[in-house]
Formats: sequence, structure tokens, C-alpha cells
Amino acid sequence: MQKEIIIAGFGGQGVLFGGQVLTFAAMDAGKEVTWIPSYGPEMRGGTANCTIVIADDEIGSPLVKNPPLAIALNLPSFDKYEDELQTGGTLVVNKSMVDRGPKRSDIKVIFVPCNEIAEEIGDRKLLNMVAIGALLSVLPELTLKDVETALEAHMPERHKNLLPKNIEALKRGYEAAKVQ
Amino acid sequence: MTRELWEGNQAIAEAAVRAGLEAYFGYPITPQTEILEYLSRRMPELGRAFVQAESELGAINMVYGAACAGVRVMSTSSSPGVSLMMEGISYIAGTEIPMVLVNVMRGGPGLGNIAPSQGDYNQAVHGGGHGDYPRIVLAPASVQEAVDLTMLSFDLAEKYRMVTMIIADGCIGQMMEPIQFPEMKPVVRKDWDWATNGKMGKRERRLLTSIYLDPYEEEKTNLRLLERWKQIQANEVRYKEYFMEDAEYVVIGFGTAGRVSLSAVRAARQEGIKVGLLRPVTVSPFPSGAIEDLAKRVSGMLVVEMNSGQMLEDVRLAVKGRVPVEFYGRMGGVVPFPDEVLGEIHRMASGKITADINPRDAWYERMVAMK
Repeated sequence: MQKEIIIAGFGGQGVLFGGQVLTFAAMDAGKEVTWIPSYGPEMRGGTANCTIVIADDEIGSPLVKNPPLAIALNLPSFDKYEDELQTGGTLVVNKSMVDRGPKRSDIKVIFVPCNEIAEEIGDRKLLNMVAIGALLSVLPELTLKDVETALEAHMPERHKNLLPKNIEALKRGYEAAKVQ
Repeated sequence: MTRELWEGNQAIAEAAVRAGLEAYFGYPITPQTEILEYLSRRMPELGRAFVQAESELGAINMVYGAACAGVRVMSTSSSPGVSLMMEGISYIAGTEIPMVLVNVMRGGPGLGNIAPSQGDYNQAVHGGGHGDYPRIVLAPASVQEAVDLTMLSFDLAEKYRMVTMIIADGCIGQMMEPIQFPEMKPVVRKDWDWATNGKMGKRERRLLTSIYLDPYEEEKTNLRLLERWKQIQANEVRYKEYFMEDAEYVVIGFGTAGRVSLSAVRAARQEGIKVGLLRPVTVSPFPSGAIEDLAKRVSGMLVVEMNSGQMLEDVRLAVKGRVPVEFYGRMGGVVPFPDEVLGEIHRMASGKITADINPRDAWYERMVAMK
């Protein structure tokens, strides 16, 4: 088994941390995993993205051109990764930040209003966790429970009070994606 | 032992601490600044020496001084910074003292950029500083390997009194992977029989120098360095093989290019192409013997690098024209994707390659046509 995931959005949307949460969960589930951020000029504002590879065996390339799974938290990321996704792949799109439907019919696009759901829970910054939750609905290699446990184990002590809301965000995203 | 998720740069830093690093001297430069940043907190916390020098020149000469005193010492930098250190590295090599230097390579030449590159292979393996000196060069392809090789580098440097470099790239430095750290070793300042650590009126004076005004004396030193190099070549070659049992073709790549090639080799295997991968872990000493042996049983080799074919020449020397050697490289900080390497494997396995064509010229023609 090997699955590649790209998470993309604006800086500040929690792209890198969202990816790290998945990475911790994969590690704790006993899998091989790599997390690599995009860096360079794009790190200074504009889009940010990270690539996560989860596998049973030693991982080769930590970068992937055409991933089977991706999260686009804004319109530029939707434009970019809709083009680059593998045929048959799934793209989770933050509906709150895009104003168009899918162009391709050979991929599955799941629209989730991440900002609105995060605001309903009480913190807009949780939008990344909503999107991760949605992704888990199409990532059988990791369960909601795996990610919850990873959050609990690796969240810095000073942020532990935010744990229940993070878990709620994961669940709400998962449910919103499941019905699609 | 539990696995921990670490970024490559910080993992290298912590591995050095656990290897008993007593002093660190460096100067910040992307994409390796996290090493320095991590050690700026960690070293003082443990009562060890950390100095952010005024420049790379300052840093390498502080390393020189500490190494003369028998201290376990390291510096780290990235390509342009390592170039600045070259004079000091040659002095350290000429003085026959151990030191560890990590180069997290970036795109070049010149100021270049901060993207992952392997453009400093020749500088690390074949050249760099002036004069005639061998050096040990280790090339990790994962965060775990970066940890393991950092631990090993100090032992090798001290055993052979030799400059030991680790060449990584921005990929290895910036990525996170689960790792297991070895146990923390205590700081031990050994009383090496060469160390100028103060005779305290108890022993003969020792002299460490890289000045031999008499050419015959210098030549003796050169020979002494070569004698140790022969031992290193005999004992310290390391490489990793994948899918080699029945391989008819082999891909050769180190570091990030090696692990990208692993993905391509796996994909080719799924298509039924009998191809394997040899990934040098020590690029100096180079696994020439292993490659020479392979040249007797495979039909072709493909060298993949993130440069214009620097290790390629070492492979060709080992192969001695026995089988065709092909080359694929990306430069300037571009990291190849596995499908590019797979395309090259297809070309190699199509049987149209010959040993008559210079592989770098042929690759250059293809690159120009592609652009």
C-alpha cells in the first residue's frame, strides 16, 4: 500500500500542521510516512502546500506529481490540483473559498464548507481539521480514531484545551464528506 | 524504542548531540539553518559550546582549533557557505585531524537558490580545498539514515583522522519522517596521542601543522594520508541494494535522487522490467568494486543525479566500458519525479542503448530537445 496526499492553501490556513497531524497518525499506526513542505518563495505569503506519503514499505520519492488524494483550501489550489490529480482520485475542496464547480469528470470532488463549519464550532482556525476529517472519509488506511489519538498524543501541552474542538472539527468534516 | 517524527535538519543536530558533540561552530544559511538554530538552544542547555561565528571562515577555523585540542567538533552549512570553508577544510585535512562537516546542498552555482540539489558532489568527493587530500563523504537518503550517518561520521573522522562530510540536500533537511534515535553518548574528550591539549609539564610537546616546507616531508604526509585512505577504501564502503537478485538493469543514485529512483524501479518492476537499484551510502569511498561486479552481470546502467552527471564519471570508471551507462539528471534545484526516471528505465530496457555514446552528451541533447 502507498497513498500520496497533497494539502494546499494560503499560508495561515493550517496547511502544514494539518499535514503533520496525518503524518503523526500514520506513524502511530505503524506505517512508513514522509511529510515534506513546499518551501522557497511561495513560503513568504501566497500558497503553501505539503506532500504526505503513507506506505507499508520504505518510501521512495517524498514528492509526487499526480497524487490520488488532495485537499484544496482555496481557489488557486483547486485550480492547480484539479489539473494534477490522478484519474480516479479524490479532491477535497474548501467550498467556502471557491466559486466554481469541478471541470473534470474523471475524479471525485468533495465540496465541504470548511470555514462555515469551523465557525459553527467556534474557531475559524479549525478549518484545516474539518478538511482533514473530510479526507479521512476516502482514506481507509487511517481512521478518525487514529487521528484523534495522534492529536491527543502530539498536540503541545499549551494547546490541549483545544483538543475537543479539534476532534469535533474532524468529525464534522468526516460526516459532511460521507454524505456526498 | 518508540518512533519520533523529526525534521531532517533537527534530527541531524540531535544525532550530533547524542554522538557526544562537544563544540559546534557555524553560520546560518538556508536550507540548513534549523541545525544551527536547534543547537543554539540544545548545546548551552547541556553545558556544551555553541558559537554562531561572524562568517563561515570564522566557523571553520574555530572548528580547526577545537579539533586540534581533540574535541568532538562539527560545523554545518549549505553550498555557498561550504565553498567559503574550503581553505579551512584543506588545512584541517593537511593537519590530519578529525572533523565533521554537513553540507545541505542547494541549487547553484553562485548564490543559486535554496532548492534541493546534488551539485556539490565533485566539490565534496573530488575537490574543494587545495592540495592532495582524501576525505570521507556520506550521503543519507532519509531522515533515519541522516541520524545514523551523523553518529557514524564522528567515529570515522576520529578513527582515520580525516575530514568527514555528510552531503544531504534541502529535501532531506526539510522533510519529516519517523525515526529512532540511538542512546545518548556522553561527551568524552579522548587524550589522543596527537591532540594539542596542554602538556601540563607531563609529556613531550606535540605539534600539529599543515606546513611542510621540505617537499620530501610533504610527500611523506601525502603518502601517510593515502595509506589511511587505502584502509578506508578497504573497510568503509557502504551502499544499499534493492531488487538486485535477478536484475538485468540497474539504476544508480545517491541521496534524494536514489530514493526517487526507488519509486521508479518499483514501478518498472510492476511492469515486469527486471531492474534494480544501487544506492551508494558512502560516495567517498565510492562503491567501485560493487559496481564493477554488477557490470559483469547486467545489460545496462542508468545513473540518476540532481546535477549534470558528476557521480556518473565515477560509475563509468568502475564500469570500464563493459556495459552501456546512461544518465539522467536535473539541475539547479529541480528534483526529478519518479515518472521521469521510469521513462529513462523504459529507454534503457528497450535495448537501443550502446556504450559508444558519451552518456552526458546524449542526456544534454535530450534536455535541450525537451526545453
